[in-house]
Amino acid sequence: MSALNGMAPNVLDLIVDQIAPGHHVSLRFVPTIMAGSGQVALEILAATEASKEGYLLVIDGALPTAAEGRYGRAAGRDGGESTMVARALELAEKASAIVALGTCAAYGGMHAARPNPAGCVGVSQALADAGLERPVINVPGCPPHPDWFTGTVGQALLFGWPSDGEVDAVGRPRRFFGRLLHDLCPRRGDFEAHKFAKAPGDPGCLYELGCKGPWTHADCPEREFNGGVNWCVKAGSPCHGCVEPFFPDVSSPIYEKIGLPELPRVVRDTETGRLKTIMRPQPVEEK
Amino acid sequence: MADTKTISIDPINRIEGHLKVEVVVDGGEVKEAKCSGQLFRGFELMLVGRDPRDASLLSQRVCGVCPVAHAMASALCLDAAFGIDGAIPDNGRLMRNLILGSNFIQSHVLHFYHLAALDFVDVSAAADYAGPDDGLTSVKEFIGRGELAPFMPRYEGDYRLSKELNQQAASHYVRALEARRTAHEMCAIFGGKMPHQVGIVAGGCMETPTADKMTAFLSKLAALRRFMDEVYVPDVLAVAEAYPDYFAIGAGPGRFLSWGGLDLETTETDLVKRRRFFPAGRVGADLKLEPVDANEVAEYVKHAWYDDGTTGRRPVEAETVPAPEKAAGYSWIKAPRYDGEPYEVGPLARTLVAYAAGDSAVKAQVDGVLARFKAGPEALFSVLGRHAARALEAQRLVGAMQEWVLALKPGEPVCEWRQAPESGTGMGLTEAPRGALGHWCEIEDHKLTRYQLVVPTTWNASPKDDEGNPGPMERALIGTKIKDAENPFELVRIVRSFDPCLACSVHMLTPRGREIARCRAL
Repeated sequence: MSALNGMAPNVLDLIVDQIAPGHHVSLRFVPTIMAGSGQVALEILAATEASKEGYLLVIDGALPTAAEGRYGRAAGRDGGESTMVARALELAEKASAIVALGTCAAYGGMHAARPNPAGCVGVSQALADAGLERPVINVPGCPPHPDWFTGTVGQALLFGWPSDGEVDAVGRPRRFFGRLLHDLCPRRGDFEAHKFAKAPGDPGCLYELGCKGPWTHADCPEREFNGGVNWCVKAGSPCHGCVEPFFPDVSSPIYEKIGLPELPRVVRDTETGRLKTIMRPQPVEEK
Repeated sequence: MADTKTISIDPINRIEGHLKVEVVVDGGEVKEAKCSGQLFRGFELMLVGRDPRDASLLSQRVCGVCPVAHAMASALCLDAAFGIDGAIPDNGRLMRNLILGSNFIQSHVLHFYHLAALDFVDVSAAADYAGPDDGLTSVKEFIGRGELAPFMPRYEGDYRLSKELNQQAASHYVRALEARRTAHEMCAIFGGKMPHQVGIVAGGCMETPTADKMTAFLSKLAALRRFMDEVYVPDVLAVAEAYPDYFAIGAGPGRFLSWGGLDLETTETDLVKRRRFFPAGRVGADLKLEPVDANEVAEYVKHAWYDDGTTGRRPVEAETVPAPEKAAGYSWIKAPRYDGEPYEVGPLARTLVAYAAGDSAVKAQVDGVLARFKAGPEALFSVLGRHAARALEAQRLVGAMQEWVLALKPGEPVCEWRQAPESGTGMGLTEAPRGALGHWCEIEDHKLTRYQLVVPTTWNASPKDDEGNPGPMERALIGTKIKDAENPFELVRIVRSFDPCLACSVHMLTPRGREIARCRAL
């Protein structure tokens, strides 16, 4: 839904026109807007899966893995019963590359919030659990800014898949997620001057109302949302940290002040390759 | 019988979420219908144990199309639980209405043009367009490149608009992309961003109204008002002219319910008695207004993948245990019933309730449409009745929103901000774009101990109840004559007229204190 809000490129560029000259994107299977349903839709999916040119797979939503995936059912390749996780893995295996769009697809997000009865995981985790190695870029956000998505696809079309140095430790393009929101925030001056809002409508930094900007990596303050009319902190609301792994658990309670010496941070465990949150008194680092 | 066959459509696209529809056709007529919600989601369970104030922000993430309705229901529910439901500052009430009203406009425009219209409009008519319209030229060039996804493939054989009307509709498809984006910008002016606004909270709103925000909002609203008057409403009527048989196709159970929504005051704490833009009530085929009482609602699970021992509970006492293997189950959606009966909810239900309540603006609009088509009120119980009701209410809403913006008072309070109480219970009833929406909560030790949603599509796309009565959408499918089983236009047109949103209709809650194992994989 957020992707429909893009200004440049806009949604018409995405559906009908071109992101850049000679780079028309053909949206082969997009359940929300595509004309066909049922068999008619499955046929184009099968044709895409079998195509020699390859395809970019964009997955939104987390993948339910409990009860053999039956918490998320889907029509199978042959029209029979299958599951979302099984279909996603089949499509991922043949995809040229994968974009995990939104915090749920990237890290599990809302669906993986405790207690997570459906066993939801993000795309990278589902691939790792299945022993599949595929190139994945995470474009998190709840929702992701449309530019983060079209910019990532645009980069792939114009310059190829991003190099390791262009993504951070949790798989996000540094172009959009490389800096702390706190460092870009227009209310940073109020933070330094200890001018804090105590209630909605107060002027000042929103730190005491629970702002997660000090550990959130995103360029929202520069980019703003919905054609630049507003964004969370500008609207008087604390940042919820919606682009970070383990959102929302790591952000909850949202309106409670975070302890600066105990900022949680997410790292990749070098032995298991899995993400983990560590809570310890040290500043958030860039990598 | 020899000509009995099953048509299964999975996935039903151009809706929100994951829906499968299966019908048994005999002699060209639908005899049985099953609507299956395909994806389980655990939103209610996830809220238990959290700070209650998180609920309005997190519960809205159940859906990207109408998140604001959930934030609103949740905030109303928390207002009551916090004991501040009669004390919401006017600025807070008005900004809530403006954010939700803009979301209604966005949702209705998206639904008609980008979800439903491709069932009636042949976009390929733009292939030989020769004129000045930028949007149509884009579509023409697109067709010329030969790669027609996502507009093809599709069902074939029943596109009835003239070439000129098809071209105009294709042009409006493009204009509507801009209109819905504009509506989202309006949400963001007072809500920070969309989807998943951050404005609506327990006690009121976070944003502060200022003259520049008000004029920015008014400017965008004026553009949308023109869109409603000159594009959306005329297009719905043009489709109705070309497909008049759809005034007689797709009647549901003939019972309609609205909780009412968009507060005009907040001193009355009984939400179904509060003065609201959309009135609360129930009507049947006789269009007589009857009151609503949320205590009459219970959810049944005999045909859903949940444990049978939990059937027939009211939302406040509900308990749900998933049973993904249950043989009698065919959906992740429960079956809510009012006093044991299925009810249709949504724009048509709101319109009929307001009509029966004697709302003069609604009567004028509806009587005008019926007169144009020389039809009686029974024609409203149909595919086209639902599309018309949706367009007409969007048109009324842009008028009301102008008054709400002008009533904002810069510098005055926006929120009655409180910490969560030690304990409390709340019920938040409102209208979402797709119909009646309720949130229920219980707080103990400053934490949520129970949270429950009963959402519009749970009413409309529900499976059979324990008595075997089909849900409203199933009811609307049964009896339909299918002209071509390979291209079952009738089925998808009926389903889409309800504007189903499966994203939020599948849900689950937990009984107090019940332990469910953690199964995080990361």
